[in-house]
Amino acid sequence: MSALTDLGIAEAAAGLAKRDFSAVELARAHIAAVAGARALNAFIVETPDAALAAAAESDKRRQDGRSLGVLDGIPLAIKDLFCTEGVQTTAGSRILKGFVPAYESTVTRNLKRAGAAMIGKTNLDEFAMGSSNITSAFGPVKNPWGPPLGRAGNKELVPGGSSGGSAAAIAAGLALGATGTDTGGSIRQPASFCGIVGLKPTYGRCSRFGIVAFASSLDQAGPMTRNVKDAALMLGAMAGHDPRDSTSAPIPCPDFARAAIAPVKGLRVGIPKEYRIEGMSSEIDALWRKGEQWLREQGAEVVEVSLPHTRYALPTYYIVAPAEASSNLARYDGVRFGLRVPGETLDDMYMNTRAAGFGPEVRRRILIGTYVLSAGYYDAYYLKAQKVRALIARDFRDAFATVDAILAPTAPSPAFAIGEKTEDPIAMYLNDVFTVPASLAGLPAMSVPAGLSAGGLPLGLQIIGRAFDEETVLRAGAAIERAAGFDTRPSRLVPAKAGKGDR
Amino acid sequence: MGAWRIQGESGEWEAVIGLEVHAQVISASKLFSGASAVFGAEPNTQVSLVDAGFPGMLPVLNEYCVEQAVRTGLGLKAKINLTSVFERKNYFYADLPAGYQISQYKYPLVGEGTVILDMPDGSTRPIGIERLHVEQDAGKSLHDQDPKRTFIDLNRSGVALMEIVSRPDLRTPEEAGIYLRKLRSILRYLGTCDGNMEEGSMRCDVNVSVRKPGEPLRTRAEIKNVNSVRFVMQAIEHEARRQVRAYEEGGKVVQETRLYDSHKGETRPMRAKEFAHDYRYFPDPDLLPLRLSPEYVDVIAATLPELPDEKKDRFMRDYGLSPYDAGVLVVERETADYFERAARGGEGVGRGGRDAKQVANWVISTLFGLLNAKGLPVTRSPVSADHLGKLVDLIADGTISGRIAKDVFEIMGETGRDPADIVAAKGLQQITDTGAIEAAVNQVIAANPDKAAEVRAGKVALLGWFTGQVMKATGGKANPAAVNAILKKKLSG
Repeated sequence: MSALTDLGIAEAAAGLAKRDFSAVELARAHIAAVAGARALNAFIVETPDAALAAAAESDKRRQDGRSLGVLDGIPLAIKDLFCTEGVQTTAGSRILKGFVPAYESTVTRNLKRAGAAMIGKTNLDEFAMGSSNITSAFGPVKNPWGPPLGRAGNKELVPGGSSGGSAAAIAAGLALGATGTDTGGSIRQPASFCGIVGLKPTYGRCSRFGIVAFASSLDQAGPMTRNVKDAALMLGAMAGHDPRDSTSAPIPCPDFARAAIAPVKGLRVGIPKEYRIEGMSSEIDALWRKGEQWLREQGAEVVEVSLPHTRYALPTYYIVAPAEASSNLARYDGVRFGLRVPGETLDDMYMNTRAAGFGPEVRRRILIGTYVLSAGYYDAYYLKAQKVRALIARDFRDAFATVDAILAPTAPSPAFAIGEKTEDPIAMYLNDVFTVPASLAGLPAMSVPAGLSAGGLPLGLQIIGRAFDEETVLRAGAAIERAAGFDTRPSRLVPAKAGKGDR
Repeated sequence: MGAWRIQGESGEWEAVIGLEVHAQVISASKLFSGASAVFGAEPNTQVSLVDAGFPGMLPVLNEYCVEQAVRTGLGLKAKINLTSVFERKNYFYADLPAGYQISQYKYPLVGEGTVILDMPDGSTRPIGIERLHVEQDAGKSLHDQDPKRTFIDLNRSGVALMEIVSRPDLRTPEEAGIYLRKLRSILRYLGTCDGNMEEGSMRCDVNVSVRKPGEPLRTRAEIKNVNSVRFVMQAIEHEARRQVRAYEEGGKVVQETRLYDSHKGETRPMRAKEFAHDYRYFPDPDLLPLRLSPEYVDVIAATLPELPDEKKDRFMRDYGLSPYDAGVLVVERETADYFERAARGGEGVGRGGRDAKQVANWVISTLFGLLNAKGLPVTRSPVSADHLGKLVDLIADGTISGRIAKDVFEIMGETGRDPADIVAAKGLQQITDTGAIEAAVNQVIAANPDKAAEVRAGKVALLGWFTGQVMKATGGKANPAAVNAILKKKLSG
């Protein structure tokens, strides 16, 4: 059965179509894999019954010749930031522990309507705030790429974040695809750390309805898969205009999967010189240059471009995102749902509930956000950040006047050990240095696994495209994928090594 | 009217008043959700997940509410801003589910406008409107249901409000009252707010400061949530006097939020916790800036009804009414419609050309009395406009006297019958037959020879007494003019 968990979505769909196996068999294989990999802590909730029921329905449809398409019967993992009807949704926070929504997010509804079988809700940084999955109230997720070979102490590694559970699940063969959300890199960075493909679509491409909000002007759902084509297939099912999200774009979705197989000959790809930051590790730099070369070899034209405001992106992001978060998280007050810790007065109840319900990173960002919006500081921080944000977006527009896509590293390093960087929030925030500019500009960007670090850990390259031009991003990403020939299976195979005996 | 001055020990003071009116938009559903916005339902039965601030819920703007607000802006002769922005006003309260209210701040939908006050002396006075913005209402905290706990009703949460902010152009409690009534009248004409202060669909925050006439503005206090026109006027009076006392006692007025206690007849400061200091406004990232096309606004402008000011002008021009009468008649659109139908004659009545001044008198002095006594709105008047018009006709053509008409009207009020039928059935037609009147006159003179002699001797004042006696003898039906003429002839010799 283990072969079933090694498939991609397209391959599995082909197998289902040819009746090589049934959707129920496919679901069972993944349910077993999930159960066998609990040590990774990738899931907060497993939903085997719902997955089997959905798979059985899928088999029946296929028998009746009414297959819903390529995702019909495909087991997917859902980041626990998406509200799922009747299934606990926590956002990785104590404050939402036990919260069972009576409604379904648009993205997961779209996937379910396409026949997908949800096998569980994946772990994440609390309210998607983090780059390590360490801030989850449900414990950290472990990277299936495991303790680096030859490193003393055999420390477990982070999967990245915030969509770390989803990334770990895909890398470990626990699902064929997963949903993630990306606010400042939360899809791309864990994809890079876990050696999978992660695509953040254009802001507005996927509906935010039913996704627990972190920073509303940045949050965007996207697919996390083992290959570029699967990302295209999944995006096609997730995306689309939704009248329930006023920021969702009323733009029709093209055939993303078709775009993913188009050659890059003649494509103009930009290398932003400002991304070559001081102190950049030589292996990241080398990988980046290799990426340039792969694209050139396939007929793309690679040129240097300038994104002059890049160095302001990180501070801008860490003003805008906490500002919005401080407001978005005000609703967790113990009054209507989630955790309530009583108090003598209403204010006491607020303070008790929020102190007990939010972890330190969430509290830190609420404080930062409250500060930058407060009277007397608004102009100096929030307003200025909005102006810089507009300049960053303009940088990209200018660059895209001459190039079709931009190539950059996804993260400044491979996965680090759990416990590293936790003392220094700034060091942690630096993880997002290559991902936040595209987030601030609302542009589509994808991380594609491109190689291994000296320590044998995956490294991703990032393709950034024009707004609503996921097609070019997929096209360039597929070219990197072809050239890199990356084997997305972790060198340490999860079920065998992450089992109980391992610890 | 004369300027209202507070007589202090140090001389005269005047009040400077600005009003912020929260007017609930008439709309089937809420500003950002599909839940019903109708008043009076069982608690928490009209609450969508958006209104309750559930995780992942997003606001979607109700376009009808925007249309209503634009209509209101046009009715206030105000500038419509084609781009406006919804912002979040952040504060924690148990009846504010999201922890923020979606409102407009820097970029309101409607800019500067005007409300014309109709003063009791018939003059007018323009009051500036600073802005109108659209926002959502909070829920309701019920503190009186349980000794220890507070209950929350979210039916109102998310209902659309228009906040209409006046310039500090008002000077007296009376002007504030007239302003509120005029604003309410305009909103009702437009059909954008029912103006019902008891149900809370119109609420008022009052900004008051005082100064010596001619001085620049001094510090103001804001009195929150005053819920009737009367209370607004009282609150201003109390607050202005309080401030004068404060200054004259050597103290000062601090900029603060106060509450009006109508039982004690005083304003008092709100506890610091009852309002937030820093709302941390920022543009709501869940909503795009609201952009309207000039054509969109033009279409709404083209369908605007005739508003009280225009109607008043027309009533003065076309019907020759006094500014006061016209002003009174146009306060409610329904009253104005009633008057016009009665004055012009509706379909099937076909007389037209009535003495509009007479009709106005009947409506203002007699019909209003009847409606008041019965507690009925004009739309449910037992006396229809057509019947009132007929009644005026019956007077005009001499069928009945004005005195009899009052009796007929009373019967109409009780029965809703046609005045002609009442007159016919009760035989109330005026006696114009001079023979019959002469007989009655002769009878009265014969019965009172002494008084007749006095009149003949020059005591003309007694003539009126004779008229009364003849009218009495004829059951009021004699034409008073004819009676007078015959009496004069008989007693002048």
